[in-house]
Amino acid sequence: MIQSKGEILFNQEVAPSCWKMQLLAPEIANQAQPGQFVHLRCTENYSPLLRRPFSLHRASERKIEILYQIIGQGTRLLAEKVQGETVDLLGPLGRAFQVKGQPEIIVLVAGGVGIAPLYFLAETLLKKPPLNSKLILFYGVKSKENLLGYGDLKKLRINLEIATEDGSLGFEGEILQLFQSRLLSFLSQSLQVFACGPLGMLKNIASLSLKYNFPAQVSLEKTMGCGIGVCRGCVIKGSQGYLRVCKEGPVFPVEDIDWAAIS
Amino acid sequence: MLLDLTTHLGRISLKNPVLVASGTFGYGEEYAELIDLNQLGGIITKSVTLKPREGSFPPRLTETPAGMLNAIGLENPGVELFLKEKLPFLSQFDTKIIVNIAGEKEDEFCQVAEKLSKAKTIDALEVNLSCPNLRRGGYILGKDPEVVFSLIQTLKRVTDLPLLAKLTAAVSEPTEIARAAEEAGAEALSLINTLPGMAINIQTRRPRLGNITGGLSGPAIRPIAVRVVWEVARAVRIPILGMGGIMKGDDALEFILAGASAVAVGTANFVDPTTPGQTIKQIENYLKKNKIRRFRELIGKVET
Ligand SMILES: Cc1cc2nc3c(=O)[nH]c(=O)nc-3n(C[C@H](O)[C@H](O)[C@H](O)COP(=O)(O)OP(=O)(O)OC[C@H]3O[C@@H](n4cnc5c(N)ncnc54)[C@H](O)[C@@H]3O)c2cc1C
Ligand SMILES: Cc1cc2nc3c(=O)[nH]c(=O)nc-3n(C[C@H](O)[C@H](O)[C@H](O)COP(=O)(O)O)c2cc1C
Ligand code: FES
Repeated sequence: MIQSKGEILFNQEVAPSCWKMQLLAPEIANQAQPGQFVHLRCTENYSPLLRRPFSLHRASERKIEILYQIIGQGTRLLAEKVQGETVDLLGPLGRAFQVKGQPEIIVLVAGGVGIAPLYFLAETLLKKPPLNSKLILFYGVKSKENLLGYGDLKKLRINLEIATEDGSLGFEGEILQLFQSRLLSFLSQSLQVFACGPLGMLKNIASLSLKYNFPAQVSLEKTMGCGIGVCRGCVIKGSQGYLRVCKEGPVFPVEDIDWAAIS
Repeated sequence: MLLDLTTHLGRISLKNPVLVASGTFGYGEEYAELIDLNQLGGIITKSVTLKPREGSFPPRLTETPAGMLNAIGLENPGVELFLKEKLPFLSQFDTKIIVNIAGEKEDEFCQVAEKLSKAKTIDALEVNLSCPNLRRGGYILGKDPEVVFSLIQTLKRVTDLPLLAKLTAAVSEPTEIARAAEEAGAEALSLINTLPGMAINIQTRRPRLGNITGGLSGPAIRPIAVRVVWEVARAVRIPILGMGGIMKGDDALEFILAGASAVAVGTANFVDPTTPGQTIKQIENYLKKNKIRRFRELIGKVET
């Protein structure tokens, strides 16, 4: 865990109301693992007061990238920043995705900006040869124009399954429907699923995981205070008591979560 | 000019006047990775209770203008685990360790205090009489001067450790409670705790906190905190540890001029972990600029 001032190398809109920022942060980049996040200050003053968490979308030797959607004040201020300015970063934080052993199939399921950490995971898995697993990415967005990093994704050696709600590209409908329609064909092999996206999608993946008995890990979100495990403000109900999203998460094996208690 | 930053909270001598506030620093482990804990005047731990507490139902925090609302519900591992697993870590550092204690009944406070008194490395206890998230029969324990008097007096019988009474500011006459704590033998007063607040999500029409209401902290409460410190400082003789929305040296100095002998940084730790260290430096700079050698000369020096 490091606190540093990262210099902005670029900050640009990559899809409607979705931005990508690259920062020079060598120490964080060095330690970063897919699924971990950075907790950053969107402003030097106190409005908004608290830091905002963002998944690490990419980390190369000296640089990190985040992919963020404009939601409110903090992300609006972030989008106003320009190259050369610095951002106060805390990271890398939290638990990363953990591939156990060598499954025959690794499936990533991304909904919207949930692609951010999963792209990093895919890239990392492919860099670390030999990956004997077949890697499939299910990626759902509203419309073709909302696809993030489609060009980069196509360059990765993965099977790409796209769903758009309006049918402008790939399957027409929700990404979960597409995933579910393929799921049975995967089950004869050893399978591990990693997902990030809207809570509803993650809940459904959790119930499929329990029903069909395949391991799954999901990245969850909760409003954060400290981001480093101190304040206990970011908890969710786990099967054995409260869990801190910033510390025990944000990536959780689905069986650790009390899904009935989460809305 | 050789500055003298030392100050006292009763029997507790501090090497400098900047501490970190209960509940915003855990038990020091996480922040030790980011900052040097030896630079702090003192560390006040998260509230410790007799039995482990699970804490309140989430969501537990939400941001509000220039502040945040929290309802953590005093989640903590309980006094036994604190002594076994948390205190040894804290004890390595050259800083004062003040353990914040909480409970629902007098007897609970006493048992916690007794157990903590056996540890050699604790410098003082801060008695949480003001958590807005822990209520008995719907009201905050520390709102009643008689309850405060009785609790502090009883605690004095079971422990020799200096007691800081952490009082609520959510009453019309904070001075009454402050005097009750002083008469009962409190070594110093901690002011202020968070103030009760509420926020509603108008889309879902539900409260933003699982607990419905929570405690407001951050710059939003600072003027209230400074006012309460000023009022109480004039009403009691014991020293005051001031807190509430301190983000930098200038803010800390307001509390000191109002009458605080030391200050604690709370919510600002979440915003920027370097705040306590920077606050110390900024106080030093102020002293140098104003040619004041001894920090203590500043305490209560507001001109009204
Ligand atoms: C571990 C973790 C990783 C994250 N990674 C990413 C990421 O890679 N990319 C990204 O774009 N976002 C990510 N988020 C979410 C991101 O932190 C929030 O969108 C951001 O904090 C919003 O800040 P704001 O000030 O713009 O909006 P706020 O002013 O905080 O919120 C404005 C309104 O939107 C609501 N809101 C807040 N957060 C969300 C949300 N996540 N979804 C929907 N409504 C919300 C609030 O309740 C409020 O009503 C992540 C969150 C966590 C916990
Ligand atoms: C998340 C959080 C948890 C807190 N927990 C405690 C606690 O356990 N016991 C206590 O006495 N005060 C607790 N407090 C109150 C702080 O110690 C402090 O009195 C208050 O937040 C005002 O200071 P600030 O505005 O600088 O944060 C907590 C505050 C916050 C923000
Ligand atoms: S945000 Fe403070 S414990 Fe997770």
